Amino acid sequence: MDVHLDQLTMQFNDTTAVDSITTTIKDGELVSLLGPSGCGKSTTLMLLSGLYKPTAGDIYFGDEKVTTMDAEKRGIGMVFQNYALYPHLSVLKNIMFPLKMQKVPKKEAIQQVMEMAKLVQIDHLLDRKPAQLSGGQQQRVAIARALVKKPKLLLLDEPLSNLDARLRLEMREEIRRIQQEVGITAVFVTHDQEEALSISDRVMLMNNGVLQQENAPQQMYRKPENIFAASFLGNPPINFLTLHKTENNTYVIQGSSQTLELPSMKWQTHEAFQMGLRPEDLYTVPEEEGLFSGEIIHMETIGRDTLIRLQLGDVTVRALVDPKSRLRVGDRCSLAIEPQEVHYFDPKTGERLRGGNDNDAQANLEKHA
Amino acid sequence: MMLKPTWKSTLKALLYLLPALLILVTFNIYPIVKSFLMSFYTNYDFFKNIINERGFSNFIELFQDPNFIQALQNTVIFVIGVVPISIILSLAIAILLNSKIKFSGLFRTIYFLPFVTSVVAVAIVWSWIFHSDYGLLNYFLGWFGVDPIDWLTDPTFAMPALIILSIWKGLGFNIIIFLAGLQSVNEQYYLAAKVDGASAWHRFKSVTLPLLSPTMFFVSIISIINAFKVFDEIFALFNGKPGPANSALTVVYYVYQKFYEEWEFGLASAAAFVLFIIVFLFTIIQLIIGRKFVHYQ
Ligand SMILES: Nc1ncnc2c1ncn2[C@@H]1O[C@H](COP(=O)(O)OP(=O)(O)OP(=O)(O)O)[C@@H](O)[C@H]1O
Ligand SMILES: [Mg+2]
Repeated sequence: MDVHLDQLTMQFNDTTAVDSITTTIKDGELVSLLGPSGCGKSTTLMLLSGLYKPTAGDIYFGDEKVTTMDAEKRGIGMVFQNYALYPHLSVLKNIMFPLKMQKVPKKEAIQQVMEMAKLVQIDHLLDRKPAQLSGGQQQRVAIARALVKKPKLLLLDEPLSNLDARLRLEMREEIRRIQQEVGITAVFVTHDQEEALSISDRVMLMNNGVLQQENAPQQMYRKPENIFAASFLGNPPINFLTLHKTENNTYVIQGSSQTLELPSMKWQTHEAFQMGLRPEDLYTVPEEEGLFSGEIIHMETIGRDTLIRLQLGDVTVRALVDPKSRLRVGDRCSLAIEPQEVHYFDPKTGERLRGGNDNDAQANLEKHA
Repeated sequence: MMLKPTWKSTLKALLYLLPALLILVTFNIYPIVKSFLMSFYTNYDFFKNIINERGFSNFIELFQDPNFIQALQNTVIFVIGVVPISIILSLAIAILLNSKIKFSGLFRTIYFLPFVTSVVAVAIVWSWIFHSDYGLLNYFLGWFGVDPIDWLTDPTFAMPALIILSIWKGLGFNIIIFLAGLQSVNEQYYLAAKVDGASAWHRFKSVTLPLLSPTMFFVSIISIINAFKVFDEIFALFNGKPGPANSALTVVYYVYQKFYEEWEFGLASAAAFVLFIIVFLFTIIQLIIGRKFVHYQ
């Protein structure tokens, strides 16, 4: 079942939590809703579930308009952020609850519960109460409860946020496995970019209630549509340099006296623009080949990466460099980047002007088309 | 932090408890023990405080007294008449007040007023409401073609009048307790139940009631104990009489009569003891039932 949102808007008093979102979630797809805290992810999910009714816009399940339909009737499955398992019911009864509401005969219901419990691997815990389960087990119960009625749409609101790092990794693979095994359409809310990029077929990036970009995960990373998308994705975060045109048609980096020239900049007519450079795309070069240079003010090695921070004038630039390079804090260092890895943005609108790995992105697009 | 009790910590705790304990022992525990012992005084000179004889004859006499039997009956009718309706009504009102309505703070205050108003004042107002000629209730019933009822002077209607007053009087307290209970139920469960396809009725039955069971348990125990002890309302409503033709004579009223009006201390104590046993049994039964149905989070 395709889910179609048309100009979906939710207004709370003076805040617009969701601002005219239009998109289609395809049948069998796992879509991540990604964005910073308070950007309207949960609200979007609540709208999809029918627990909130939109102040404007429409929701379609397939061809059916469900905008005003109550949550009880929509037949969707939902996993809440804190699971919301009924504390007074055993695991078995928790999972069976939606079936009981559908008046499925008890024998049949128990059988379906057993099947679902096996799928999420909690069939040995059926007699326990939720309070006697670990976070990961509770989550599986919540997923089983959401799936047992065979919903057409599964909604998950930050289901992994209460778990430790390792369990998160395990659980997110688990969710992906179950989702693909059942072949259900799913919307997964998270504010963790890594989670979103790793689990989903498509990422929807939101900010201030507005849908910023929706793409396959890699493409969103490679070709961010605006400054927000570029800055939200990536760790360590992308570097931004603001450039201003000088009289002799070169560009000077704002906050420093360095000018720089790139072959791909010839097309530029803008007086000023913003350049986004991912730390992992930068590499050290001898002084004369460098795009710009500065003093190393900080160095740290995390696992296999070495991160340096370079001071050029008032701005700092982060770069991931070869751990074997013999750089020290206080050294002068020059950095370069492949021209096609540079992202250009309009500093006024924040929109992407050009750049990003176009070819790659194209390939990615075709793959998912 | 849970430490194992030691002699030192126990003594220290006792020291803190002592002031309250002293008062409780003097005014509660001692009278209870004393009245228990008194119920066995069969020949007692209360002027000189000499006990000539002890035995069970008070209890035998008690159960041969038709007034006491009637008091027992009336009390049971009163409890059955008041407690269930009071609980259902206050739960319903609490749920309404807990939903998003305008002026809910005002309504809460209105419903809580009877609880903080003196029983005597309340009873006086109600005796006017129940008045057979000028009463509001009869006037209201008149709209439906019901003939005027002698609420306070007809033995058939004295008990219903008392029950109506008591339900109304107890409502405020129960509502406040239920409201507190309802507010402690996490909203998430209702959202989850909605998504799971539960109708409003099922949400009430499968989420509200079970999660409210500790509150329900508390309210029902308190209500039953209070109902068994009813006295002030009768005294005030019927001007210091147990209703027309003893129709509102309850066990506590019987105790009062025997103790203060007839100076039958042994008999009064025995009746009080019987009431104590009844309340005790009821509470035990409720505890047993409660263990099965009450869910503590
Ligand atoms: N019931 C409500 N009444 C008023 N404002 C609300 C309500 N629910 C959400 N909002 C506002 O709408 C905006 C979006 O909230 P929402 O809960 O959807 O954010 P979110 O993206 O889920 O954030 P988080 O990652 O912190 O969960 C916030 O500014 C929030 O304050
Ligand atoms: Mg949220």
